[in-house]
Amino acid sequence: MSEVLLMEGNEAAAEAAILAGCDAYFGYPITPQSEVIEYLADQGRKRGMVVMQVESEVAAINMVYGAAGAGARVMTSSSSPGISLMQEGLSYIACAELPCLLININRGGPGLGTIQPSQGDYFQSVKGGGHGDYHLIVLAPASVQEMADYVYLGFDLADKYRNPVLILADGALGQMMEKVIFPDYDPKQRKISKPWATTGKTANRPPNVITSLHLQSEDMEKINIHLQEKYRQIEKNEVRYELISTDDAEYLLVAYGLSARICQRVIEIARQQGIKVGLLRPISLYPYPYEMVSKLADQVRGILVVEMNAGQMVEDVRLGVNGKIPVDFYGRMGGIIPTPEDTLTSLKKLMNKTQPKKSSEKLIKEKV
Amino acid sequence: MNGTQEPINGMEVVWEKPSTLTETRMHYCPGCGHGVVHKVLMDVIEEMGIQDKTIGVAPVGCSVIAYNYMNIDMQEAAHGRATAVATGVKRVLPDKIVFTYQGDGDLAAIGTAETMHACNRGENFLIVFINNGIYGMTGGQMAPTSIVGMKTSTTPEGREVHTQGHPFKITEIIAMLPGTYYVTRHSVHTPTTVRHFKKAVEKAFKYQQEKKGTCLIEVVSNCPSGWKMTPLQSNKWIEEKMFPFYPPGDLKVDGKLVEKKPIPPAATTEIKESK
Ligand SMILES: Cc1ncc(C[n+]2csc(CCOP(=O)(O)OP(=O)(O)O)c2C)c(N)n1
Ligand code: SF4
Ligand SMILES: [Mg+2]
Repeated sequence: MSEVLLMEGNEAAAEAAILAGCDAYFGYPITPQSEVIEYLADQGRKRGMVVMQVESEVAAINMVYGAAGAGARVMTSSSSPGISLMQEGLSYIACAELPCLLININRGGPGLGTIQPSQGDYFQSVKGGGHGDYHLIVLAPASVQEMADYVYLGFDLADKYRNPVLILADGALGQMMEKVIFPDYDPKQRKISKPWATTGKTANRPPNVITSLHLQSEDMEKINIHLQEKYRQIEKNEVRYELISTDDAEYLLVAYGLSARICQRVIEIARQQGIKVGLLRPISLYPYPYEMVSKLADQVRGILVVEMNAGQMVEDVRLGVNGKIPVDFYGRMGGIIPTPEDTLTSLKKLMNKTQPKKSSEKLIKEKV
Repeated sequence: MNGTQEPINGMEVVWEKPSTLTETRMHYCPGCGHGVVHKVLMDVIEEMGIQDKTIGVAPVGCSVIAYNYMNIDMQEAAHGRATAVATGVKRVLPDKIVFTYQGDGDLAAIGTAETMHACNRGENFLIVFINNGIYGMTGGQMAPTSIVGMKTSTTPEGREVHTQGHPFKITEIIAMLPGTYYVTRHSVHTPTTVRHFKKAVEKAFKYQQEKKGTCLIEVVSNCPSGWKMTPLQSNKWIEEKMFPFYPPGDLKVDGKLVEKKPIPPAATTEIKESK
């Protein structure tokens, strides 16, 4: 199916889910992502999916647990407050190692906040969110095309690692219209067998049990060690990012999702002014491209992290940089999207701080 | 796992553990109703030959590790979310037999929304509701179903309506929901009541095979440890104190409400101190 279509992000994700052979969707409406369930309620049901609007996000995520445990390819979607309600269930899902896909169309918080786009759920998404030591695999699309692409990828990764996968986007990506091409994908070939699923105990196997309960500390530690080993594998195999104009870059922008789109414009303007700046766009937010951050920190003089929040991913950039060069942050909150102009101003401030030698020599002289 | 044993010295086998129960020794306190209910459920599953089709869901509560005893595929659910998990299972495996096994805290407090909505949607599974009027697992705190005057670790002076509200007759409400087909209240504290309960389980599984909608069986049960009684005292207490407020019998049959005699109000149930 290589037809070019014009679609909004939420609908593209929903269509991709149908094409990826998603068996079931459980969700609860919330702006700015209700188009996902609306699209599926029409198209998904017509094409054989179980699509249910249920009583709450708490119920939805636990239905995802049940359906995933029964071996189905299953998903839910929501926006920030709804995703918060799902955190207990996600912790259970991560521990019970149930493959499933979630989409968070991030809106501005905290609290009921605003329905405008935000990246304020970064910490919640990549550091755990619920209780205990666990990780979701987190993918950050930056276009409608990627909203679709990462649905396929997300289902495959979820099955491969028996791990929940989260697509973290924002209200703008969810609702803007762009062209999209749905790649060829044959769910029959891609879906893997799930011998661990609860489908009814047959005579030739012991009962299958889906649980996150391990009352003996030794057993619980073993489960944790197993999960951690899995996370190390994911960190080794699944780091994804995009580099834009970094070959000759003296300064680096780091941004994901919609912020990365703005940074691309910043690069255009800056380069016209002779500023050699590039962009690292993390695509997998967990696992995070620390190594690439570290490598680029050896090349550039300073890094500006741009986010639609108060500064969350910047902590991961600083971990990757490990003090080698200055890392500044520019962000807007409450659903405001940073402008390329203001971002460029922040970049120039960083450049002033990081001018080579001369200024620091002056400083030393002054001190003397 | 098969319970079949060689007869010793040519003796005749008159009773066997069903193959649907594992060899694992149950952790329940002596005299607790949980073990009896497990046994009856597994007997019925074996007798109906549906072991390979059945998926159980046990949420947090004393019976959270029911999967150690039930030799069937099972999912453990978060506290209160059993009917949501069961909905997920049943909706993707509509031809399987699904049941939940929930305590009163699980079904009638933290999971009330999930319970009501599953029943209202008429989810085609069986809910087994163990009403022991207490939070057994966490050490005997008040449950939504604790009767008036009942002493628990969080109602040391006895449950009192003005501060703790009324005991929750959730089964009566569930019977009124159009999605439910068979709603009944039982107990397992005597051989006769066990037999009646077993019949109810058989019916409920049959209705599920016929896709009739939600079936709920409440078991008015005991918690000798939480109630701080001997098993015998607790069984007596079921009859004297629980039954007046939670009378056994059918509430809904074939999708129709059963006419009931008026039930004595909670506040008149007088509780005597038990040793
Ligand atoms: C979210 C959450 N809150 C609280 C608990 C603690 N907890 C575990 S079981 C339970 C009550 C169980 O009572 P009930 O459902 O009546 O089952 P019983 O043990 O009496 O059979 C509580 C409060 C928990 N596990 N999860
Ligand atoms: S605490 Fe109560 S409900 Fe739990 S096993 Fe003991 S007697 Fe049974
Ligand atoms: Mg209880």
